[in-house]
Amino acid sequence: MAKYAILIYEDQAFYANASPEVWGAVLDAHNAFAEQVVELGGSLEAGEALAPTTTATTIKGGGPVTDGPFVETKEAFGGFYVVEARDLDHAVEIARLCPAPGGGVEVRPVMDPTAGPS
Amino acid sequence: MLAATVRVTGDLDVAEECAQEAYVSALRTWTRDGVPQRPGAWLTTAARNHAVDRSRREVTLRRKLPLLVEPATVDPHDPTDPDRPEAAVPDDRLRLVFTCCHPALAPEARVALTLRLVCGVPTPDVARAFLVPEPTMAARITRAKKKISAARIPYRVPGRAELPERLDSVLTAVHLLFSTGHTAGEGDALVRAELCDRALHLARTLAALLPEQAETRGLLGLLLLTDARRATRTDEQGRLLLLADQDRTRWDQRAVLEGLTVTAGALASGPPGRFTLQAAIAGVHAVAPSLERTDWPRVVHLYDRLLAVWDTPVVALNRAAAVAFADGPAAALPLLDELAGDPRLAGYPYLPATRADLLRRVGDAAGAAESYRRALELTANAAERAFLEQRLAEVGRAAEPAPPDPGEPRDAP
Repeated sequence: MAKYAILIYEDQAFYANASPEVWGAVLDAHNAFAEQVVELGGSLEAGEALAPTTTATTIKGGGPVTDGPFVETKEAFGGFYVVEARDLDHAVEIARLCPAPGGGVEVRPVMDPTAGPS
Repeated sequence: MLAATVRVTGDLDVAEECAQEAYVSALRTWTRDGVPQRPGAWLTTAARNHAVDRSRREVTLRRKLPLLVEPATVDPHDPTDPDRPEAAVPDDRLRLVFTCCHPALAPEARVALTLRLVCGVPTPDVARAFLVPEPTMAARITRAKKKISAARIPYRVPGRAELPERLDSVLTAVHLLFSTGHTAGEGDALVRAELCDRALHLARTLAALLPEQAETRGLLGLLLLTDARRATRTDEQGRLLLLADQDRTRWDQRAVLEGLTVTAGALASGPPGRFTLQAAIAGVHAVAPSLERTDWPRVVHLYDRLLAVWDTPVVALNRAAAVAFADGPAAALPLLDELAGDPRLAGYPYLPATRADLLRRVGDAAGAAESYRRALELTANAAERAFLEQRLAEVGRAAEPAPPDPGEPRDAP
């Protein structure tokens, strides 16, 4: 098994305009996802949702502090999971079920820093 | 041999080195004792032995080796079960093809990796095939191998549920390999025989190993029927000959017959996919006694079905070229006007080339000349340039009517 991060990128306008029902449905989908990971033979190691990029503060190269996210994009990084999966196909199978109604997800292997740069 | 060695090493780089070591020891042993009865098996065993030696030596480093080999989920009905000894070697090769053509790799990297690792083509030759500098190709291959190990792209044939989608990526890579050899993007040799041969061999292997997947046979049929015309695609000077001007008696009849048989089998296996439909179109051309006596309504019908499963502007362009033969060039010109607005065809030389040919056939010499010039601006292949320049000179002179252009099916992206 290996660790993969599932990074969620979504259009923040989707949530800014979402009704309480939609919000509730997305939360339910995330709760269901946590169970589906286990059903698929993976395991959920961690996961967090982030507040919108309007709340972000950036410090580039240890320099001055600025308002806003590190990179301005339409679909912003909004949350992540860390899962254990057998290989990339298994991780993709899991990631396909990860709710991201306002965008999509990126799967990235988690690096083992003791093995050196890959 | 590489595929068999990867199973021992679990690492592509190490497997390649072991394979090279095996060749070195073969040279030494065979010059001393003579060539063994089964040199291929000898080499595979030698490479595996080198691999086993290495992994013993490097047992402390094993932790760092990328783990390519995963224990397969056991399926008693799985025909690719690695424990079936008779299936071991081709199955290894199939796994390697699926690893090299994984959709998580960039498409150009998939074809390059397949050539390098499945076909054993040296990196400088792979670079030449794709007209990129050798360091660029070496970096591309290295990057893809690193992703295979870091992201743990599995070394296995996908399960039944995923297979059709994943197989498409494999078939596309093999088709692209063939197309690269069939019509070089630039340079002087129109046909690079070796790439075509590699692609045909791979298509044959896939059709033999996954016969229940009709599209493997569709691809094999398409390649056979296209390749049957290889000897007639250029004249003695290496200039491009279109379907109209090719000597049909010199088409490889054995390849045509095999291609038709394979394609018929694929068509009989259910709703045809895009490779099977393209093979069927190539089959109609292969049995036509001449360009004029081709069953053009059937070609148009097959293009309609192809558009239904694979809607690309290039397929639509080829359909328009077929309509020009079925219903006359005037009927096809409006279809080309529609396609001219598609940004995906901007810079595609066959669009102005087809337009030029239709205008020439309806007698608009000035319009044809303009479109031939536009096509020339976009074409880098020397053989195709020579053809277009000749046509431009002909319409420029407004000379006697030249034989019509065939609208030969083009390889679509």
